Amino acid sequence: MPLTPNDVARLADLARIELSDEELAGLTGQLDLILESVQVVASSVPPETTPTSHALSLTNVFRPDEVRPSLPVEDVLAMAPAVEDDRFRVPRILEEAA
Amino acid sequence: MTTTALSAISPEDAWMDYDEAMDLFDVVIGLEVHVELNTASKMFCSCPTDFGAEPNTQTCPVCLGLPGSLPVVNGKAVESAIRIGLALNCSISPHCRFARKNYFYPDMTKNFQTSQYDEPICFDGEVEVEADGERFTIPVERAHMEEDAGKSLHVGGATGRIQGAEYSLMDYNRAGVPLVEIVTKPVLGTGAKAPQVARAYVAFLRDMMRALGVSDVRMEQGSLRCDANVSLMPKGSTTLGTRTETKNVNSLRSIERALRYEISRQAGILAAGGRVKQETRHWHEDGGRTSSGRSKEQAEDYRYFPEPDLVPVAPDPAWVERLRETIPESPVARVARLTEAWGFTELEMRDVIGADALDLIEATVEAGCSPQAARKWWMGELARRANAADLPLAEAGMTPAQVAELQGLVEAGTLNDKLARQVIDGVIAGEGDPAQVVAHRGLAVVSDTGALQAAVERAIAANPGAVASIKAGRQAAAGAIIGAVMKEMRGQADAATVRELVLAAVG
Ligand SMILES: [Zn+2]
Repeated sequence: MPLTPNDVARLADLARIELSDEELAGLTGQLDLILESVQVVASSVPPETTPTSHALSLTNVFRPDEVRPSLPVEDVLAMAPAVEDDRFRVPRILEEAA
Repeated sequence: MTTTALSAISPEDAWMDYDEAMDLFDVVIGLEVHVELNTASKMFCSCPTDFGAEPNTQTCPVCLGLPGSLPVVNGKAVESAIRIGLALNCSISPHCRFARKNYFYPDMTKNFQTSQYDEPICFDGEVEVEADGERFTIPVERAHMEEDAGKSLHVGGATGRIQGAEYSLMDYNRAGVPLVEIVTKPVLGTGAKAPQVARAYVAFLRDMMRALGVSDVRMEQGSLRCDANVSLMPKGSTTLGTRTETKNVNSLRSIERALRYEISRQAGILAAGGRVKQETRHWHEDGGRTSSGRSKEQAEDYRYFPEPDLVPVAPDPAWVERLRETIPESPVARVARLTEAWGFTELEMRDVIGADALDLIEATVEAGCSPQAARKWWMGELARRANAADLPLAEAGMTPAQVAELQGLVEAGTLNDKLARQVIDGVIAGEGDPAQVVAHRGLAVVSDTGALQAAVERAIAANPGAVASIKAGRQAAAGAIIGAVMKEMRGQADAATVRELVLAAVG
């Protein structure tokens, strides 16, 4: 089932990426090709293989519950586009109407 | 009439009295509870989790989601999650993964929350709670691990709420603090008691989390948060109605009130032929009502996928069994066991629980006191003093060991009840343990029969009228003489002994 420009537009919207019509058309073709290629790889794997989400076969990698120093607050706030009262200042979250 | 017009019915117009709603509809509730774990460090990084720290002083590249940083799971948080699952009678997954929940909202700088999706660590549990003297089983769908988000402060607008705000200020100290989210299956069959059952369930979780020692469970600080879902279906129907999810219900009392409100609101809309809108609603403690929030007509698309930066969690069954041994008895089972062991009536037990005296009485009994005496002191003298000082009973000023010691002195005949009350005064005033107060204040009952005998003879001589009455067969007249003796002994005599001496002397 080939990807449609509508699928890609929806994904772009969810990812907050603005795409022109040309970009949408170009990316639809490219993404479709990637999916097809993955299909080819998938078809060469025996069906009884369990899908995995990780390249390593490790489990239970835990650290002890110990506190280590955090970043200095000046360094943290230096990354913020705007600061007020030692907090990150961000634009209005909900539109007025709601 | 069109659906659009009907769904616009305002709650004021369509409100239905709660009892009337109960005659017409069955209630289905669902509860999502977030428990903030009390680990020292965050879920995936080593930042501290202290509540109330200066803004943005507890963050690092991992919890800020800076490029190149990698999370590592806090082993203690996994242990706590498993223990919570076991306490809820859940199965523990032998193999589960974390997942990314993708969304854009400034409370997480990563633009996703690390959570669990199709593979929760705990699933299929149930707990028993008691509401209004009746027991209910609450089916638990799952309990999964995730991280908390940052805190926002909304500036501008009238109410400090997100609606109408001009901008928001973010503090990321809480971002990445370990959470366990506990989700019930739909709870049916609670009838008109649904709001009380919901409250009892959250109270159960609070008490159980405290007993497990996995969370501070302070609702006012947000370390236990509850979202309450409710829907109605006409009596006899088996089709679930449209549900609303009420957020921001942050006290036990609010859970009950918010559900009652939603039931009456939805019943009014449905009875008027309207349609309940599937949406998130916000509870307003002050006005005692809910208001419409985000509409959920369009299902949110979080594009969950397995977290590639974390390997799966596969709890060793032997570890799970070791953890199972650390699970405390459930509150309902404990109350049933203690009621029987102590021989209290259900009414007495309910009063004890209501006064927060259960732990205190248990500790007092463990210190050697009889259950009835322990109940008498805690629910009587000490409850009265705590009330008068507006203090919780546990802070009334005496420890369970001291209460047991006091009762021991009464049973040994060293103290009578009146003297015991003075000893309580002394202990509360910081004069030491009961025996020290007795010694220090010279309060012991006088057992020197010589002194007592002399006092009895003086009292008899001073009360010839009473003596005559006793001789005429009216033993009640002895009260006047006993009173005179007790007065002379300044209360430090055993009234029963005095009575015997008086009657023997007169008779
Ligand atoms: Zn951190």
